[in-house]
Amino acid sequence: MNSFQQLQKEAGKEWDLLQKSTLPVIYVGTASCGRAAGAKDLLESIKKTLEENQLTAKIVEVGCIGLCYLEPLMDIRLPGRPRISYANVTPDKARRIIEGLIINGNPQAQMALGYFGDEDGDLTHGIPRFFELPMLKPQVRIVLKNCGFIDPEAIDHYMANGGYAGLMTAFGKGPEGVIAEVREAGLRGRGGAGFPTYKKWETCRNVPGNIKYMICNADEGDPGAFMNRSLIEGDPHSVLEGLLIAAYAIGATHGYIYIRAEYPLAIIRLKKAIAQMHRYGLLGKNIQNSDFDFDITIKEGAGAFVCGEETALIASIEGKRGMPKSRPPYPAISGLHNKPTIINNVETLGTLPNILRNGATWYRQYGTPGNYGTKTFSLVGKIRRSGLIEVPLGTPLRQIIFDIGGGSLKPFKAVQTGGPSGGCLSSEFLDTPVDYESLGAAGSIMGSGGLIVMDEDTCIVDVARYFLDFTQKESCGKCSPCRVGSGHMVEILERITKGQGQPEDLIKLQTLGETVKRGSLCGLGQTAPNPILTTLRYFRSEYLSHIKEKHCPAAVCKELIEYRVVPDKCTGCRRCVNVCPTGAITGPRAEPHNLDPTKCIKCRACYEICRFDAIAGDAIIIRSRRSIPDEQTI
Amino acid sequence: MTVMEYRNVLAEFQGEEGELIPILQRIQEKFGYITEDAIKNISPFLKISENQIYGVASFYSQFRFTEPGRNSIKVCMGTACHMRGGQILGEAVERELDVKPGQTTKDKRFDFHRVACLGCCALAPVIQVNEDIRSRMNVIKLKEMLDKYE
Ligand SMILES: Cc1cc2nc3c(=O)[nH]c(=O)nc-3n(C[C@H](O)[C@H](O)[C@H](O)COP(=O)(O)O)c2cc1C
Ligand code: FES
Repeated sequence: MNSFQQLQKEAGKEWDLLQKSTLPVIYVGTASCGRAAGAKDLLESIKKTLEENQLTAKIVEVGCIGLCYLEPLMDIRLPGRPRISYANVTPDKARRIIEGLIINGNPQAQMALGYFGDEDGDLTHGIPRFFELPMLKPQVRIVLKNCGFIDPEAIDHYMANGGYAGLMTAFGKGPEGVIAEVREAGLRGRGGAGFPTYKKWETCRNVPGNIKYMICNADEGDPGAFMNRSLIEGDPHSVLEGLLIAAYAIGATHGYIYIRAEYPLAIIRLKKAIAQMHRYGLLGKNIQNSDFDFDITIKEGAGAFVCGEETALIASIEGKRGMPKSRPPYPAISGLHNKPTIINNVETLGTLPNILRNGATWYRQYGTPGNYGTKTFSLVGKIRRSGLIEVPLGTPLRQIIFDIGGGSLKPFKAVQTGGPSGGCLSSEFLDTPVDYESLGAAGSIMGSGGLIVMDEDTCIVDVARYFLDFTQKESCGKCSPCRVGSGHMVEILERITKGQGQPEDLIKLQTLGETVKRGSLCGLGQTAPNPILTTLRYFRSEYLSHIKEKHCPAAVCKELIEYRVVPDKCTGCRRCVNVCPTGAITGPRAEPHNLDPTKCIKCRACYEICRFDAIAGDAIIIRSRRSIPDEQTI
Repeated sequence: MTVMEYRNVLAEFQGEEGELIPILQRIQEKFGYITEDAIKNISPFLKISENQIYGVASFYSQFRFTEPGRNSIKVCMGTACHMRGGQILGEAVERELDVKPGQTTKDKRFDFHRVACLGCCALAPVIQVNEDIRSRMNVIKLKEMLDKYE
């Protein structure tokens, strides 16, 4: 086995070879989001274009840089020149970019998104610096620093960028030293609760026993959040190095990664990375002469949100139904197979190598007292620039949503933090700094990092119903307040969205919500009513509109809306007539069409075709039924 | 599926209780779904009752008990997708293919499932057909897409 220094040197050479490549290098983001946007077709087109023009170039597949809304992304670096990034690259656009840049040296600035590295005369003229783009400028990328830059399947790329140096520092410090450093850094768990990481480690380390387990929680069950997927796909070794550091600190003998089966690419990348670690002597017996033996098993989750909860997760690894248990005993004392066990979130682990490598003092320069460091967020919903971001804790919501995310599509209504167990905050809370305590004080939680933005076109009652329906279906059924209470709440909310709500329903919801919160055993039930309780507080008038006026202001609730043709706008192109599955739209060509509301099933086909394919573009509108009488004039 | 085929799968494992979920996953990967016969074969192997196995299998949404179709379509019902019309896409699949969630079409062309989140929320709403994730879907694109699968 080679010494660590040797491995590092070889890795450095490999990396330099790519950086100083005498061939053009083409980078393509092929993480799940890139693929969903067409990165695979893009790769084909790149290869074909190169072949047809008899060009040679190196193609490097990288992870997601976080600008998911601009996928697929393709960057090109000519030898010795800055790397230029292009967005929304269709196969056809790729051909034009490659032929322009590689053959003619013309970067076609109007198509370019940004460049990395130093300014370079005509080549970068008229192109912004990538990290000066509004979505990136306010970010601090620590956990995500490699994502989009290294080949996630190349351990050498990781090592050449400081990878596994944190582990070596950890070995130098000894387990107690590692715990002290993490304590000094003030790191809190990124899986949701924000519990001080060192504290549970210390508990576990101090429990006697020679078998202990270290588990990475990659279940990421929060729908609408994908931070953990992206990190594993873009930089799997950072999570694995963190897992090793944590395991070393607590004295674990075996590790598990519990990852959801819906993330096949992340699983493949972890498996490859683990095999590479074995080859490099970073797993197995006496890792890098540290006397530390460790190995990792991957466990695929089988689709149950509650299994993200640590005691349920343990039950699931043991092959049982994923039912949470009451604590104490805490897993740190008695967990998997009744042995001391620590469970940490993917991002918590991904942070550790950085802390060990650069020190606690360095880490504490980011964030605010008590909330040090950075946090990743997935910015989704009705937001202009959706994607994955990383900011220092304490950054105000407004900066995240408006400066980074570019604001909501239609006027801003609310933001949900903390996923289904979180809360829905109105515009008054936009100046709230994003830290564990401030979000808690506002009635929400930090959660794992999902930020869901809602605009005028989002119905708050529908969203509340959606979240509760989700948690109710995911309830393991053990505690009756959670099982029965949330079921009852869903029924009430369904009635309200159908325009059958009663004024006393709001009081019932409030009481039931509080009962479920108090009477449930695990975090699922204890937090399930949060979206209802916060929306009742901040958006009560929207509930009242549904109940009293049978009116859905956002025009979302199916029973309360209607589709209409605006005669003045309709050009009579018959596109909608052809797609309507029920024959509700009729009319001869070139004359405004007629929509029969009694036949309309509100399937949205006419609306979509009008917006995207028809001449008029906006001749079909969806609106609240109540608003029809007073708008007869259109 | 023959007894022999199940035995071959089980031979990859040690026979410990903790292996139940991996075994079920492997069986589903190989045969497409969990059959009664599969459960009958696992029971003596892990020394746990058929009822217990069924209890675990039915707890997790990943496991299927009906024969899959030639193609598999999953509509994301996650938060980001819900807010951008995931529900409407799900209804469109039901209508176009005359199939309910969790079922397979009569002609076995598609099986249809609703899933919690596919992790591509920034490109919502998304649908997965077989291995491919389709982003920014709408009803029109959906209809065109369905026609491409046999
Ligand atoms: C219903 C429920 C679901 C959870 N889901 C996750 C999850 O998907 N990922 C995660 O890391 N933690 C999840 N947690 C939190 C875990 O129980 C645990 O606190 C966390 O993994 C600890 O890691 P950390 O200290 O690094 O944050 C969930 C908790 C509850 C109550
Ligand atoms: S919510 Fe649909 S992919 Fe995440």
